[in-house]
Amino acid sequence: MKLLVIAGPPSVGKTSLTKQIIKRFQKEIKIAYLKIDVVKAFEDIELRKEFHILTKKVYSGDLCPDHAGVMIMGDAIEWAESNNTDLFIIESAGLCLRCSPYLNQGLGLIVLSSIAGIHAPEKMGAMVSLADIAVVTKIDLISQAEREVLIQKIKEVHQNIILLETNALQGTSLQRLYDLIEKSAPINKETLLLKGSPPLGTCTICVGKKEIGWKHHFGVVKKLDGLAADYLYRGE
Amino acid sequence: MIKEITILPGKDKNENKEIFDQITLKAGETISIVGPTGSGKTAFITDIELLAQGDTSTGRYILINGESPTDERRYDPAQKPIAMITQNTKCFADLSVEEFFNIHARARKINKKQIVTDTLELANKFTGEKIKPHHKVTILSGGQTRSLLIADALLIGAAPIILLDEIENAGIFKQEVIEIIRSTSKIIIFVTHDPVIALLTKKRLIMGNGAVKKILCQNEAESGAAQNLLKFDQKMGVIRENLRAGYEITQELVSANFA
Repeated sequence: MKLLVIAGPPSVGKTSLTKQIIKRFQKEIKIAYLKIDVVKAFEDIELRKEFHILTKKVYSGDLCPDHAGVMIMGDAIEWAESNNTDLFIIESAGLCLRCSPYLNQGLGLIVLSSIAGIHAPEKMGAMVSLADIAVVTKIDLISQAEREVLIQKIKEVHQNIILLETNALQGTSLQRLYDLIEKSAPINKETLLLKGSPPLGTCTICVGKKEIGWKHHFGVVKKLDGLAADYLYRGE
Repeated sequence: MIKEITILPGKDKNENKEIFDQITLKAGETISIVGPTGSGKTAFITDIELLAQGDTSTGRYILINGESPTDERRYDPAQKPIAMITQNTKCFADLSVEEFFNIHARARKINKKQIVTDTLELANKFTGEKIKPHHKVTILSGGQTRSLLIADALLIGAAPIILLDEIENAGIFKQEVIEIIRSTSKIIIFVTHDPVIALLTKKRLIMGNGAVKKILCQNEAESGAAQNLLKFDQKMGVIRENLRAGYEITQELVSANFA
């Protein structure tokens, strides 16, 4: 089974791009799709209706979405494999932008919007610097010069990233992406690892405790007059 | 060296194959693309800009010197032989004009220090109110943005193939455009609704329903007509600039120009 992890901020065109990929491959291979989101997601229903493929979604709710992603990905890969999937696409909401959901196998793809701002690639840290491929969307809305300036900015964050530009609604210029997916090696689920170590904030605040002050919390605690408590981590 | 580019036919909006076998454009040639709005003019030059390989909505293929372009040519801006001036009148990048030019020069692997000043100077030839290096590109007016992008395409893009999408809407002087047409060894393609520009180019492609409908070459009568129209245009220009500068249009001015 091939694996494609798609990440990027909301509304950049991840799902539009996913649709183009499904359109290209659905006649040849069996595709499964997983959406990881926080509060609400409709993509699984949309894609199932449009393409009749296997889809699933997970809400992270009070848990950090990247943390949730790491937790459920093992089960998800088993689920896809047990359904004889050839290409498993995982789409991640990507919210606080400190983590990246990419694995040491398969392809990691970041979607960036042309109009999201020139500093976005730098701000997004690991989500860009650990990706294999960057797809810049909505290119019909900006000039060629500005597109090249944005590409340069992405390259300065990640020199060896494979860069593609597209109008994801029409699916222009995606042949190279399709080639990369075709050529990507199948994954071995026994040796799957995260590419980066995510600084996941799985503390009591993240999971919903609203009290103010470090005395009420577990995890990494911080006092006003010091960087951290005497003990860095309170809890088990 | 780019000697020529070749366009292989795609499909119109009803999925019918285009009527030509191939269109070849040689270095030094100027071409205009004309046709009603929505007929596929911008899509045509976008295919060239993207060096389409059957993977755009039209299905066209673009060859350089008779061969398919390499991946590097397609995707690395430093190797891309094409600069396109789009209809965009807005930049979203939160950068000053100077930073914008500098980063673009890095993308195009240009090391000349002078490039930023040169490009700004050229941009300011096209525009009324001057652009300053510290201006944010996001606050420029529509006309200023287009002037900036045109200058950028000519000096930083500096490519052997230049695509210009409705340059007449830029609010710049047509004379400057005509100069671009005359003094070049480049392939220049204009998408245009302007009769002067259309008649001055050597070849005209007529678009309809997403496809090339007809290919015409400039004839002698057209070349003469273009010269006449150009004179009218210069006269119009004098009046326009007088109006813009806040002068009243006098009887003398009108009779001098339209006598």
